[in-house]
Amino acid sequence: MDNTVVSTGTEGKTWGGGNKPLKASYGKMMMWFFIVSDALTFSGFLAAYGFSRFKFIDSWPIADEVFTHVPFFHGTYPMIYVAFMTFVLIMSSVTMVLAVDAGHKMNKAKVTFYMFLTIIGGLIFVGSQAWEWATFIKGDYGAVQTKGGNILQFVDTDGNRVALRDFAVIDDHKERVQDERKSGLWFTSEGTLPTYTVSEIYDGLEANKDVLVRTQIINDEGHKTVLSREESLRQIKENGTLVVEGANLHVNEYGSPLFADFFFFITGFHGFHVFSGVVINIIIFFNVIIGTYERRKSYEMVEKVGLYWHFVDLVWVFVFTFFYLV
Amino acid sequence: MADHAHKLEILRGLVKFKSNTQKIWGVLILLTIVTAIEVVLGIYKPEVLMGPFLGMKILNWIFIILTIVKAYYITWDFMHMRDETKSLRRMVVWTAVFLICYLIFILLLEGGYVFDVYKEGYVKTDF
Repeated sequence: MDNTVVSTGTEGKTWGGGNKPLKASYGKMMMWFFIVSDALTFSGFLAAYGFSRFKFIDSWPIADEVFTHVPFFHGTYPMIYVAFMTFVLIMSSVTMVLAVDAGHKMNKAKVTFYMFLTIIGGLIFVGSQAWEWATFIKGDYGAVQTKGGNILQFVDTDGNRVALRDFAVIDDHKERVQDERKSGLWFTSEGTLPTYTVSEIYDGLEANKDVLVRTQIINDEGHKTVLSREESLRQIKENGTLVVEGANLHVNEYGSPLFADFFFFITGFHGFHVFSGVVINIIIFFNVIIGTYERRKSYEMVEKVGLYWHFVDLVWVFVFTFFYLV
Repeated sequence: MADHAHKLEILRGLVKFKSNTQKIWGVLILLTIVTAIEVVLGIYKPEVLMGPFLGMKILNWIFIILTIVKAYYITWDFMHMRDETKSLRRMVVWTAVFLICYLIFILLLEGGYVFDVYKEGYVKTDF
């Protein structure tokens, strides 16, 4: 009765308010909860990839045969380039955590330096991913797609891959040209035609006795099945419908189109995270330079974006395993 | 905020570091070694490890375990989960681990089932 402020008698007790049971600031906690939900999104993608892979477990492309290129080098080096990318990302995680550490010590110069290195690392990674995409889209050897959507690739008698350009017999009297808006009806057009037609491939296969067809089916030794000479010719003649070079969302010279779809979707979503991470890092970097956190007397903001940046690294560790290793 | 109180030992106290900076470099070395092992195994694919085990090749299980090891050190040392309270740690880790395991179990089981239907049922894609 003697005061208007309600006194609950619980002040100083566990539920009396004013406690910080998790000993973490609001912002940091919310970053953690965002990371949990984002982790679930990524695991949804990766689990869907696993679903499709288990569904086509005997015909899924072998990653070692798909990602074999390294910029500025000829020849096949499976895994080397993505191992490099992984290392760049882990390295930029290290510089990030060093920046956070320097932030705890209120060392502005060091935070600036390490943030800068982190941004550079992120840019190298995004650039590498763009290159990886370009290589994947451009393709390498080319293949023929069958009526049922299966992919037939070509190998020599030793099992080495043979590119279409190495054996196709060019037909100089090709009648089929790309339908463009200027050439026929103004409202119809089509995409770029493949370099070769299926009949040119068939002629080439007939002329080159040592070229064989390799199907998607993985045999007991873990290799793709190579057909006999007669069976190769028969398959291309009866079932070949489309020459495929490279990969997009519809066709994929490396095998199941789903592989390409998931590749674009998952590494694309991850690459987008890295890109946003770089943008956020740049914002924080300039905030550090102009002394915002110096005035605030706390570099916790660096710690929060650091959490996000490490999360991006964490996701890449899983993408690396499930796309390139397993 | 328990800013300056970092726990400075990894591998259950096997390796102890003098400062947080030193621990960061130590973890980097650990992660690099694990990645190197993965890459070498991925390139050479030793024949011994290609046998089946619980529905997958042994090699794939090794890759998955090494990945979880890497994920542990990134979360615990880079993201400072080691220094957070037990309740925050459990809230984040247990929730994610439970839901992810559940999702993976269901989808992989279903994927395997669909494969069997294609292989042994009447649905054929072999043309």
